[in-house]
Parts: sequence; C-alpha cells; structure tokens
Amino acid sequence: MKEILLNKSGKKIILLGNEAVCRGAIEAGVDFVSTYPGTPASEIGNTFWQIKEDFKKINPKFHFEFSTNEKVAMEAAAGAAISGFKSLVAMKNFGLNVASDFLCTLMYSGIEGSMVIFVADDPSCWSSAQSEQNTRFYSLMAHIPTLEPSEPQEFKDFTKFAFNLSAQFKIPVMIRSTTRASHQSGPVTLGEIPNSKFQIPKFVKDPKKFSTMPPRVLEMKKELFEKIEKIKKQFEKSNLNKIIYGNSREKLGILTSGVSFLYVMEALKKLNLKLPVLKLGFIYPLPERKILNFLKKLKSVLIVEELEPYLEREIAILAKKENLKIKIFGKGEKIEGGRIWKERKAILPQIGELKPEYVEIAISKILNKKPSFNYQLHLKKFEKLKIPARPPILCPGCPYWAVVNAIKKVVDLQKVIFGGEIGCYMLFSHKVINLQDYLYCMGSSTSIAHGISKTSKQKVITFIGDSSFFHAGIPALINTVFNQSNPLIIILENQTTAMTGHQPHPGVGDGRVVKVEEIVRACGIKNVKVIDQVKNPEEFEKGLKEFLEKDEASVIIARHICALLEKKKKT
Amino acid sequence: MKKDFNLIIVGVGGQGQITLLRILEEAALAENKDFKGSELHGLSQRGGSVEVHFRMGKNILSPLVSQGDADLILALEMQESLRSLYYASPKTQFLLNKLIIPIPGENIVPEDQIINSIKNFTKKIEIVEASKICKEKFQKEVLAGVYLLGYAQKRKLLPLRKESLEEGIKKVVPEKYLVENLEALKLSQS
Ligand SMILES: Cc1ncc(C[n+]2csc(CCOP(=O)(O)OP(=O)(O)O)c2C)c(N)n1
Ligand code: SF4
Repeated sequence: MKEILLNKSGKKIILLGNEAVCRGAIEAGVDFVSTYPGTPASEIGNTFWQIKEDFKKINPKFHFEFSTNEKVAMEAAAGAAISGFKSLVAMKNFGLNVASDFLCTLMYSGIEGSMVIFVADDPSCWSSAQSEQNTRFYSLMAHIPTLEPSEPQEFKDFTKFAFNLSAQFKIPVMIRSTTRASHQSGPVTLGEIPNSKFQIPKFVKDPKKFSTMPPRVLEMKKELFEKIEKIKKQFEKSNLNKIIYGNSREKLGILTSGVSFLYVMEALKKLNLKLPVLKLGFIYPLPERKILNFLKKLKSVLIVEELEPYLEREIAILAKKENLKIKIFGKGEKIEGGRIWKERKAILPQIGELKPEYVEIAISKILNKKPSFNYQLHLKKFEKLKIPARPPILCPGCPYWAVVNAIKKVVDLQKVIFGGEIGCYMLFSHKVINLQDYLYCMGSSTSIAHGISKTSKQKVITFIGDSSFFHAGIPALINTVFNQSNPLIIILENQTTAMTGHQPHPGVGDGRVVKVEEIVRACGIKNVKVIDQVKNPEEFEKGLKEFLEKDEASVIIARHICALLEKKKKT
Repeated sequence: MKKDFNLIIVGVGGQGQITLLRILEEAALAENKDFKGSELHGLSQRGGSVEVHFRMGKNILSPLVSQGDADLILALEMQESLRSLYYASPKTQFLLNKLIIPIPGENIVPEDQIINSIKNFTKKIEIVEASKICKEKFQKEVLAGVYLLGYAQKRKLLPLRKESLEEGIKKVVPEKYLVENLEALKLSQS
C-alpha cells in the first residue's frame, strides 16, 4: 500500500484505476481529500484513509475525511478550494445526485486553488442496486469540464492534468469513470511527488466572488460560459484527445472515450483492421473543431460509448449544424442491452456495460464482415446452459440475521410492508429472507413509509443502516414526527459502513462520537429502544411487538457490530 | 510470447480471487510483461459469484477477456465454472478445484453434469483436489487458489516463471500468511 507514496519517478507499480487517481492527486500536491464511500469509487477514500498519516509527512497541510454525505464532502472540498488549497472529492454516481444542488452553484463562482471531482458510474450495476445512471449529462447541465481516462496510467496523468486545468481557469474539473475503468489494474509509471510549499493560502474576502446573490448570479453565469469557451479552445489542441490510424483511407471511423476505447482497439486488433479512431480525453466541453476535422474525411462514423448516447447526441447536433453528410452509427433504435441483448440486433446497447466482442460485432455488422469468432453461435450454446444464480447474501454470523429471525417470528409478514434501502440489509431481498417490498436510494425508506402510512394506513417497518442514517435518514425521521405518521424504523447499527468496505462514520469516529439514540430522541421520537439483537433476541422480539402497536413513529436501534469488521479488527 | 494470454478465475466471494490476481500481476511486472487485470468490488462479493480477468502480453488493450477467448480458466468452485463457459472455446484449458459450495435456496449441480456441460465447449478439463490437499496439509482451504496457480504453472499452462510467482506472493501476501502460501506453491510443484 505504501508503495503509492514512493517518490521514485519512472518506477512502475501496479495500481487500480482508482488508486492511480490517488497517485495523480499526490503528484499534483493535493491538500484536502473528502469523500463518502460508494463503489466503484470507494478505493479513493480507502487509499487516502490508509496513507493519510504518511502523506502528512510529505504535505503537512494534508487533510482527509469521510464526510457525512457527498454533498457535505463536496462543499467541504470547495471550502478548501475557495481558500486557495488543492482539493479532491470522490463519489459514486448517486453521490453526485446528492451533491448536484451544490455543484450547479459552485460552477458559477468557481474556486481559487484547484478542485477535482471524481465520479464513477456503474454500467451493468455491478455494485449498484438503484439505477444505471449516466453521469455525463451532469457535465452538460452543470457546465463542468470533464475528462474520461481509459487505463490506470491515464487515470494518474489525467488527474494531474485536471488539477492544473482547474488552477489555470479557477474552475472545478470532473473526472468521470466507470466500473471497468476504475477496477482495472495495470502498470503505472510514477512521476515526482512535489515538495510541498510551506506557504499557507487563506480565504480572501471579496464580495463579488463567492456570493451568488442576484444580480451577480447572472454575471457569474456569463463568466462561467467564457471560461468554458477558453477551455474548449485549449482542448482543441490538447494531446489528451488522440487520433489512432489517422492516415487510414478507410471511410468508416470510430469515435470513443474511456474504457470503450480499449474495447475498440481490441476489436480492431481482432478484425485486423486499421480504421481511424478519435479517442476523446475530454467529454465536456467537446473539442468541436477537432471532431469535425476527423469526421470530414469519413462517410460514416461509429460512436462507441456505454449507456445512453451522450457523445452520439452531441455529434449528431454538431454534424447537423455543419451540414455534414455523414452516417452515424451508435446506439440501436431498439432499446436493448447487456444481458438482455440476446439477439444483438441493435448496433450497440444502451443497457448494460459494453464488452470488447460487442464492439467487434458492431464493426463487423457495419462493414459486412465476419467477426473473428462465431459469437452468435457460441452465445446460443451458452444460453442453453442452466446455471444457478449465486446472488450475494448476508455473511454467516451477520448480526442482521437476528433481526430477520425475530421479524419472521413475531411480525405478520403478509400485513406489514418492509421498506428497504441501501446497505448490506438490501440483501433482505434474497429469496431465503424475502423482507423487502421496496428499495430506492439512501435515506428513502422512512420518507416513503410516511407516504404509505399517511394514505393507505398500512403498517410499515423500515430498515436503515447507521451510515445511511447519518447520510440522509435524519430529515425523513423528523418528517414522521412533524407530519405525524407511524412507521417502525429499525436502525441497523453495525458500527460501520459495511457494504462499501467498512469505512467509519460519525457514530464510530476516532474523535467525538455522535450517538444515534441521542439524535433520534432529539428529532422528537418518543418510542426509542436500543437493543443488541444478537445477545438479547427475546427483548428484540418484545420490542418489535410493542412498537408495532404504536400509532406514532417508533425506532429500534439494533446495535451489534458487523461480523466481518469484528473479524478484521481481530486479525 | 506471441499471443496475448487470457486467464479467468472464477469462484465464490471470499476465496481470494483478488489476491491471486495481484500475485499474477506482480509476477508479470517482474518479467516486464504488459498486463491488465479486471475485478469487481461490492455487491459481487458477500458470498456471491466473483470473476476476475487477467490478460498478459506485449501490449494489452481491453481489461476484459472476450467471449470464447480464455486460454485458461481456474475454477475455485465447480458450479461457478458453468458461468465462466461464456469465455470458453475448444482452445480453453480448465483447471477445476474439486469443491462444491452450495448456493442457499438452490439445488446443487452434480459434478458429472458440470463436466458434461464443460465438454460441450472444450475437452481440456482437469480436476485438481486443491481444497482437499490444502485442508489436509495446512488446515486452510483458502490456500487452494495459490495451489492451483502453482499447479497451472507446473503444467505449463501459465506462461510465468515459478520464481516470479514466488516474488508475487512475497509482495502481495501479508507477512503473517506468507510462509503457508509459499509452501502451498511449493507443494503444487512437487
Ligand atoms: C448516494 C449514495 N452514496 C453512496 C452509496 C453507496 N452505498 C451503498 S450501501 C452504502 C452504505 C451502507 O452503510 P450502512 O447504511 O451503515 O449499511 P451497512 O452496509 O453497514 O449494512 C453506501 C454508502 C449509494 N448507494 N448512494
Ligand atoms: S459485511 Fe457485516 S453487515 Fe454486511 S453482511 Fe457481512 S456481517 Fe453483515
């Protein structure tokens, strides 16, 4: 692990995409890193958490924190950046939804030092239960310059570049990744870690700078647009946008970015083709001149990107504006995708991640060429197999089993509705448990229960983990008191953020600990019990029975440490 | 090495696939080869299926092995080998750890049925009693992965030197478990 702090320029080490982001930030001299865990972005926080003390020896100004949620994390990082420091904030796609209110505003003011925002999407929902969100559309909405690296080396280099760009234009810069890009490992050649300067920047008061109060806000918007125009000019010349096989005379070209680029190159290798490829390092603002010059030599272009067409839309608009006669291939007309993309009728799917063979098939289709392997036949054979699914399930010895068992014993499972949310307890959906009637996003179980209970009058038991409670559960809880409803809320206090790899949260911090029961009581909840469900199962059952009868909201805090964390602590 | 080498390791969360991947990568780095690994974190763990990809060669592009393109598949659990058939074709060699981990709420797929299914894709199948051997010798089934790696190397199915694997283990495995891992490697070579 400490290898990531080696100050040996030119040495090759193995890094995951996400770890390479950390190294890039270290080489850029980052001062402040904040995050809320979320896979596929979790390794950013985990890495800095592990190395923070060692890194402080190199940069005494350095601060790392797991913030309570992504909005808080981004605001904190912005606080550092508007005071002239270099900050990095990392989150998974859904985290950006939480932080988006702030992001859209922050872009107007810009920052003083530099600020990089790392966001990872999750095509195929490998580690997401909620949606297959495509974060690229935030780049357009918030007007945030956005980079997309393809492989670990680029993750490092792009991050360093992003810090410089951010400092140059006093604007936050986003790096957008995806699961396969972030969780790909490979050799990375290290650069130098700078000697941190002792000079400490300060927040400088300036009424025009950081207060978006109208009428200033619209001037700020104009300034933001002007910055974006300048950045676009710079992007036109940047070598982070690469053309491969530029001298090719082929009339079909490929435009791509991120991990999709790697699939494109793999497909071309397999097909033994040298089609011209434009790999975009920047996906916002787009280097339009560069793209047009590339397109002008072509009769048709295949746009290879994951999820909903972002580049394809932008390129279609651009081609139309310039009156360019070019056929654009990309996403199929039918909404097909991933594991349900059986027939492979569409060119490329909008649902599910891409795979190298999908790109090969798409190119073959356009060129009427045979792919290097009979994928279709092989797939048919594969799909005939009966393979039992092995979904994840609670660990043996997980304290949540005791909650499940008690509920199954004393609750009318037909009558009561079970509101789930995001954490290990979303595995209550497993068919051997089957205690989850809805599941949306962090903090939602109780607010939804409120709506059900106010209207249909059905009883709802909701589950929320301790980390999720601090993240987004508190306003929902207050709402049940303020607007009077009666769900039974079970806070699963396993003393960690387990699902994402056991990060700490305010209830278990090294410093002052925030007690869940104190918050619950302060929110106005009268019926509160704290029970160790593993040690005292009968008491837990009794508590359930008692609180199910209440006609106001009640809370049971099921307090028992996560079994895996306990094991980790011991070894 | 003329061609890229494509390896898939499948198994169940907790069997140490990611550690095996790191060992392979360190070994490849030691031999100055280009490589890429692909792994998944989060939901795919917690006792669910876990699949890692390792590609090695001169200039490795995609981190994912393509459909039907695996040279070697190591299955740390037999039922999981079925899922990996997506990557199998007649050129693929299978090394199967003789171990079945039941899936809660599902019937076990019997061994002969698994082998018959694999035979539809490739004839190159070998079953290795890695878990059993490691349990007997070290009272530790989790060493089966390293044993299988070593076994593949010995059978010349893995184009990396034994010394490089050793070096990989030394770099990746925590001090506390180092000796037993090195011994499992040694045992696989005997
Ligand atoms: C907005 C948002 N941020 C992050 C995540 C990633 N995530 C999934 S589960 C989880 C936290 C779970 O912690 P906790 O609520 O304590 O439950 P546990 O896993 O410990 O049971 C997180 C952060 C997410 N789904 N949404
Ligand atoms: S990681 Fe902890 S909380 Fe999650 S299932 Fe395992 S024991 Fe339970």
